[in-house]
Amino acid sequence: MKSSLGLLKALVVLMIAGILPLFIKQDYYIHLLILVLMWVIIGSCWNLISGYTGQVSFGQAAFFGVGAYTAGIMFTKLELSPWWGLVLGGWTAMVLALIIGYLCFRLRGPYFALATLAAGEILRLIANNWVDFTEGMVGILIMQTFSSKLPYYYMVLGLAACCLGVISLVMNSKLGYYFVSIREDQDAAESLGINTALYKNLSLLISSFFTGTAGAFYLNYMGFIDPSVVFSLHDISIQAILVGIIGGVATIWGPAIGALIMVGIQELFRTAIFGLAPKWVSQGHAMAFGILVVLTILFMSNGVVGDWSKIKRLFIRKSPEAAS
Amino acid sequence: MIIFETKDLVKFFGGLAAVNGVSFQIEQGEIFGLIGPNGSGKTTIFNLINNYFPLTSGEVLFDGRSIKNLKTHKICHLGIARTFQVVKPLARLTVLENVTASAFCRVNSIKEAQKLALEMIDFCGLMPYKEQQAKGLPIGLRKRLEITRAMATQPKILLLDETCAGLTPKEVDLAIELIKEINRRGVTIIVIEHIMKVIMTISQRILAINHGQPIAAGTPEEIARNPQVIEAYLGEEDHA
Repeated sequence: MKSSLGLLKALVVLMIAGILPLFIKQDYYIHLLILVLMWVIIGSCWNLISGYTGQVSFGQAAFFGVGAYTAGIMFTKLELSPWWGLVLGGWTAMVLALIIGYLCFRLRGPYFALATLAAGEILRLIANNWVDFTEGMVGILIMQTFSSKLPYYYMVLGLAACCLGVISLVMNSKLGYYFVSIREDQDAAESLGINTALYKNLSLLISSFFTGTAGAFYLNYMGFIDPSVVFSLHDISIQAILVGIIGGVATIWGPAIGALIMVGIQELFRTAIFGLAPKWVSQGHAMAFGILVVLTILFMSNGVVGDWSKIKRLFIRKSPEAAS
Repeated sequence: MIIFETKDLVKFFGGLAAVNGVSFQIEQGEIFGLIGPNGSGKTTIFNLINNYFPLTSGEVLFDGRSIKNLKTHKICHLGIARTFQVVKPLARLTVLENVTASAFCRVNSIKEAQKLALEMIDFCGLMPYKEQQAKGLPIGLRKRLEITRAMATQPKILLLDETCAGLTPKEVDLAIELIKEINRRGVTIIVIEHIMKVIMTISQRILAINHGQPIAAGTPEEIARNPQVIEAYLGEEDHA
């Protein structure tokens, strides 16, 4: 009953997203929607390994970048269409996940968080310096396939729907129970017959697969990547965490809402509130994120979705006529 | 039939022998008590049995097969479940979710797992609390949740680590009833307990240990009269 209601909600959201381009004609807004959907994927993936499974990742950029560079290098070295990256980017990211998981998941404590943080930075430096293979800081430039933004929009919408679909299927199965058990108490989980190392690895594999695929999509859509963009600590890894925290950790819809808010705020600052504010405001987006996180943690530690009932109450109290 | 056996369990933490030469055999269907003063190594024995700590030396046999090198989760799948003295509920999950998670040890689909979980919740008397979050339960119910969760893995042997500590006398009576009922279902039980009323009424045989070494074994009556046990618990007479 509960799950069929959730499915209905998901279908309605998907339908609205599907017909949105009929009403929004400007490329600029479609572009923003594409970014939002991309962040839905990255945020949801972070949420799976960190929110549900409790293994906090500070390095989603590593998977994102590996996916993007898989597509890029196949283009520059093998002269294959970068669209192949969409097929293979997720798999190469999974290989990286296997290595990190193998090394870290038999340990307890902050090792995984530190290792993911390091992995992103190491890969960024490698991509910067291994010029023969990655083109270094010059980056990889491709010709975009479509001049219209619509194909990209529907593609990333499909990816995001797949990603959310898989995650919600997983969370409504044995795997989901196991992931959450590991988050709550690893010792108890192990003594209840849960192979904690295996299931942490599985969670990371799923998470890395979609993040890598999103990376490959990013190259195809933007037409350009360089190491400081796709392996960025603050623009990818940290922002993935922010999307999760602000939207709501360990909720299916949290990262989706989080992505909407984050992309919105980022754009607001990047354009200095659509040119209405003085130019220096555009430098302040990092600070704005910082303030937003502090406020979120102080006043709604479960994020927008997790504390939705709290937020509703707040608004109802302010305008009693709306309640009646 | 001997279902479970330990031979010369030894565990050193650095230079400290936490458990040193503990051997015992357990019959199928028995309730076996493990007693000893605080810090005598009882919980460590449990941690050795399910390989939460690796053994320094010794042997653990279950159904005639060595399990000493198996991972903790494998041992649970074989049929040895445990509860924790310091309870470890999955705090932010409900009682039903807690038990369902452990029921997945035997079944794969959510439906079956929930059915098994509800059966166990009913059996252990937690039905009224099934939708409550585990972290909101009082200690008596949390201890009971530990048992319920362990039972949902359908064990052949259940290791109970002080499941009656901190309970009110009435709750203790209920716990005794529950343990006896679990035993009637054919589950062999090893129980660590400080409350003498519990250990003396339910166990068929008792092993007393002190400083990691066995000091006496026998029926509850024999143990209660054993001078070494009395000394370990109360100190020597002429020192008083």
